[in-house]
Amino acid sequence: MAFKKIINDPYKVVDEMVEGIVLAHHDILKFANNNKRAVVRKDAPIKDKVGILIGGGSGHEPAFLGYVGKGLADGAAIGNVFASPSPDPVVEATKAINGGKGVVYMYGNYAGDIMNFDMAAEMCSAEDILVKTILVTDDIASAKIENKKDRRGVAGDFYVFKIAGAAADKGMEIDEVCRLAEKANENTLSMGVALAPCSLPHTLEPSFVLEDNEMEIGLGIHGEAGVRKGDIKTADEITTELMDIILKELGSASKVSVLVNGLGSTPLMELYIMYKKVNEILKTNKIEIHSSFVGEYVTSLEMNGASITLLKLDEELQPLLENPAHCSMFSV
Amino acid sequence: MKESIDTKNFITILNNICETIEKEKDYLSELDRAIGDGDHGVTMSIGWTAVKEKLNDINPEDGFQKICTQIASSFLSAVGASAGPLYATALMRGGMAVKDLDILDAEGFAKFLDAAAKGIKERGKAEIGDKTMLDVWIPASEEMNQKANEGKNLISSLQSTAEKAENAMNETKNLLSKKGRSSKLGERSIGHIDPGAASSFIIIKSIYESIKNMN
Repeated sequence: MAFKKIINDPYKVVDEMVEGIVLAHHDILKFANNNKRAVVRKDAPIKDKVGILIGGGSGHEPAFLGYVGKGLADGAAIGNVFASPSPDPVVEATKAINGGKGVVYMYGNYAGDIMNFDMAAEMCSAEDILVKTILVTDDIASAKIENKKDRRGVAGDFYVFKIAGAAADKGMEIDEVCRLAEKANENTLSMGVALAPCSLPHTLEPSFVLEDNEMEIGLGIHGEAGVRKGDIKTADEITTELMDIILKELGSASKVSVLVNGLGSTPLMELYIMYKKVNEILKTNKIEIHSSFVGEYVTSLEMNGASITLLKLDEELQPLLENPAHCSMFSV
Repeated sequence: MKESIDTKNFITILNNICETIEKEKDYLSELDRAIGDGDHGVTMSIGWTAVKEKLNDINPEDGFQKICTQIASSFLSAVGASAGPLYATALMRGGMAVKDLDILDAEGFAKFLDAAAKGIKERGKAEIGDKTMLDVWIPASEEMNQKANEGKNLISSLQSTAEKAENAMNETKNLLSKKGRSSKLGERSIGHIDPGAASSFIIIKSIYESIKNMN
């Protein structure tokens, strides 16, 4: 099957998209110092508030620009498709959101992002801006539990950013924001499945190959191969397999928030069918569902697939999750 | 036969690398689709296209270091990704190592490569054997330094260096990835050439061939 896309020039997709986003959400967003890859809250910097700067490659919309707004991220630095931003936009966004209490860099754990954000952090430190970094590592499929720090960040970005954004919104100091973000990351677990690949605008080649009747468990959000390929099964069977893996790691939990995330071209119909099963499994396990999010939060271009993320809640994280956020692409 | 290059030759080499990368971008993306996210060719093309544009404004009299810093910055800004910081650091460190030189002979080039390889190691925090571009840069820079120490001239040292780089690139096929996106594949990364190792070899070979064709 050939890939078709509504684009102009594959080398301009990111710039044109970002321009469109800032135009569409001009009430919430603005460019930082005219940098085309650095977008911040329109009211930034917020004096005496810790700044939350998120970022990563393009192609994961609404991540990351869609998360910018009151109660969540103050700014986002955007790279090319599936590629980390360079240090420039990170530095520009940092300066634009620094309210004097420091800035927390938050992004999925990928080698490229770490190198670029670290270079930017060095540059900002040289200008006396306090920068701390929190890496999201929620993808169970990407490494064993004993190597959790090596795991990739996937849809769990949503919860970890949300908790940190709320902590900063409530006026907490940078060390406290980081502690809570770390805790949220510890408590966030994801597992995904892919049915069909996406394609990069430049190549229009499938990012991986699956046979007509195949699915892949644990596939990454850039099409990185997963842990197991097998015949496609029913929604209930797939959901059960993903939930078994997540629950095994979750340990004792009385209350969770659930995110059923679409990867780009999976209809809401299928996501809600999965959610129904998630609900049933959690009920059977006597785990209360505090809240649920079903839709596209971290995508992978037009990939067909979905992921399930659980955030284990306690008395500290719950009020932060409940703190309202009004971002460019959604309100939660 | 060229015994040394000046900054004008250096700019010619950089232009040639831009053209070679453009030709090889599909091959690099194909390698990356096997064990990564399939964009290494695209990334390299975007980066070297930015370098090519920048080269039009560069004054050969700026000297090696300033030239390197300027193109490293263009490359990094254009791509980000993993390749951005790694190649930009290599260029900046290489340039810094030869900042007092007006021409690069075998010895000067060896210094450049040595600093570049160490810069990549420091930035990427990879070790030799992790199946990354470092698995090409370290043996290549060692070969260049050894040949230069033996008193071999620029072109013959570079020829051995390019051969060494090619072998090293092919050997990444047998390695288990321990860094970057492909590291999540475990055993499934074996049997594929590392795309960063491949682009590194392409660059080193392009340097050799550029100088070989100079009068």
